[in-house]
Amino acid sequence: MNFDYNEEQQLLAASIRRFVERDYGFETRRRIVASGEGWSREVWAQLAKLGVLGLALSEEHGGFGGGATDLAAVMEAFGDALVVEPFLSTVALGAQFVARGATPALRGAILPAIAEGRLTMAFAHTERGARYDLARIATRARRTADGYAIDGEKRVVLHAPCSEMLVVSARTDGGAADARGVSLFLVEAATPGVSMHRFGTLDGCTAADIALRDVRVGADALIGEDGKALALIEEVVDFATALLCAEAVGAIAYANAATLEYLKTRKQFGVPIGSFQALQHRMVDMVIAHEQAQSMASLACAAVDREPDPIARKRVVSAAKVKISDACRRVSQESVQLHGGMGMSDEMKVSHTFRRLTTIAQQFGDAEHHLERFAAVSDRRRG
Amino acid sequence: MDLDYSPEERAFRDEVRGWLRANLPAELRKKVVDYRELTRDDLLRWHKLLAAKGWIAPSWPVEWGGTGWSVVQRYIFEEECGYAGAPPLVPFGLMMCAPVLLQFGTEAQKKRFLPGIYSGDEFWCQGYSEPGAGSDLASLRTTAKREGDHYLVNGQKTWTTLAHMADWIFCLVRSEAADKKQEGISFLLIDMKSPGVAVRPLVLMDGGHEVNEVFFDDVRVPIGNLVHEEGKGWTVAKFLLGHERMNTARIGASRRELEKLKMLAASETKDGHPLIDDPRFRDRLSRVEIELMALEITNLRFLDRLRGGRAPGAEVSMLKITGTEIQQALTELAMQAVGPEAQRRGPFDEADPFDALAASVAGRYCNYRKTSIYAGSNEIQRNIIAKRLLDL
Repeated sequence: MNFDYNEEQQLLAASIRRFVERDYGFETRRRIVASGEGWSREVWAQLAKLGVLGLALSEEHGGFGGGATDLAAVMEAFGDALVVEPFLSTVALGAQFVARGATPALRGAILPAIAEGRLTMAFAHTERGARYDLARIATRARRTADGYAIDGEKRVVLHAPCSEMLVVSARTDGGAADARGVSLFLVEAATPGVSMHRFGTLDGCTAADIALRDVRVGADALIGEDGKALALIEEVVDFATALLCAEAVGAIAYANAATLEYLKTRKQFGVPIGSFQALQHRMVDMVIAHEQAQSMASLACAAVDREPDPIARKRVVSAAKVKISDACRRVSQESVQLHGGMGMSDEMKVSHTFRRLTTIAQQFGDAEHHLERFAAVSDRRRG
Repeated sequence: MDLDYSPEERAFRDEVRGWLRANLPAELRKKVVDYRELTRDDLLRWHKLLAAKGWIAPSWPVEWGGTGWSVVQRYIFEEECGYAGAPPLVPFGLMMCAPVLLQFGTEAQKKRFLPGIYSGDEFWCQGYSEPGAGSDLASLRTTAKREGDHYLVNGQKTWTTLAHMADWIFCLVRSEAADKKQEGISFLLIDMKSPGVAVRPLVLMDGGHEVNEVFFDDVRVPIGNLVHEEGKGWTVAKFLLGHERMNTARIGASRRELEKLKMLAASETKDGHPLIDDPRFRDRLSRVEIELMALEITNLRFLDRLRGGRAPGAEVSMLKITGTEIQQALTELAMQAVGPEAQRRGPFDEADPFDALAASVAGRYCNYRKTSIYAGSNEIQRNIIAKRLLDL
């Protein structure tokens, strides 16, 4: 048992922290969010140079053979700095789908491009009314002479406007929420028939609703087996969820540090407001929430890296997401409350952290969704 | 990062499990898992079995009988005992008085008292709380007046756990009036058989007798029973606070309770279906299960931090708060699980396991309100974290 990051992980974490401190300060982030693009190509090039884009890819594809545990410290630093770049979409979702399910030729073409920062990706999956049910897909892919034709509507596809390549889920068989019949396809964003309605998200990222009208792809665009992609989707979304948990830990740490600092410096009635027990106890509960979030994020990262049994993996990831979602809500709300009116102000970074934490609480499933999944996969008799 | 136990730690866990399977008397285990009150003989029987094995005082220095285990091994041992349903070890001698003597006691005091604590031949209790000094411990008013080679002790302690079983009590007493209430306090060891000591039971709302009032009326205590310097008792009290055990979270026992609760909820029915499949009940149960998972991994993370030998600080307070919240939630869910049967008290049909269980859950629920009050209320724990960790 050892909860420390190893030497390589610590070095990487230190260099990422230096990078976000120097090149991703709050004002820089504000400029990036306000820019038409909503992300920064210079930052992306830096991330490639630092080696984090390929960290979780195999060495043959220009990566370092790492996993979620290796990326956790990076995600924490991103959570602290409220990074809006398409990192999770590209590295945790797109690249992982390709690495785990694409043809060798496509792996060889796409993965080095991601590691080198030449390609960004998004996962076009969620549909209207599906909520967090990963199997509820109405988009259809029909077989053609040389591949597939895809028709459907995808909603809130995070980072789609800054991605050249999409991973699209569609039914080749089955109906409504059947586990059977789900397939995955690589689709270039510029393919005829793909149209995007882009918008900004609550937490400063970009996203799009995507319409797919008779979108033609070749047979080699298939990721995984035809009709059998649900297990892969669950696996990769769990991987991304574990990393999202780590990101939440960093954002929670920032909210707590900023709030604690405020309690010590803000004076009312002639004394620092941190001298009031009513506020001290609330701050303590935020600190406990952070410790537990840290524990569960580590556990979730270890599970997606090392747990071969999908049931056991789902159980741990869902438990972690329940705790993280609860912690996101509690810490974000309390940090604003303890900052008073200042916490509501757009000028203050803590109000942006509030928005990020609010989003994370629902991304890849809220607490209730994961509570339900946890119960479904837990042993009814054993603890 | 590696969240699993090492092969050596797993082997140790298996050794502890194997020993518990072979040596934990079934009738003691049954009393524990059925929430029956344990007698002095029950507690001592288990104590002496562990003492004979050499496992009664793991944290002590090896020359006094300690095992030399790492913090992780100690944690494994404690949680395996809790999970197996072993009787709790009475902490007042082993984990409170003994560390104080090892830190502050004279050689003569160590030689006089440590062997009796180790063997269980002398049963200890703790004289801290008073009617006017609970969370504000330093407000205590029991006095010790120096008269030649004795102190004359007068006053009253309260909530004194197991005083009715004890041979000795360690007390915080006021040996001189001081401007600052933390000054002028001394740490005294008092023989419960001394003339002038009287114990009166305090029966709690579950009907059980575990706490007492202890009265001191001109009790003569030899000055040799003073630990550390006169007037420096608060230093000792603070040391003890920092020396709290890391098994305060009681994860093993809570895991056992969770399994028991699941079995109960699987056998009870609601609308003709197992209660455990009721979404509302299931949600509450799952939340406690997840809390327990988070507590366990947090406890391990904290232990990992202490490997370097640093004394635990605010970590213990966090574990105490979250651990007791889980313990209480489990008792509440057991009440919910048995429904109207929770009203049942005694006498009940001993031969019917459901009747016996139903009759015990409400008492357990009442009794466990104590966990967020004792050993520094959860509010005091939050004060400690605010002060020590956050510097507020």
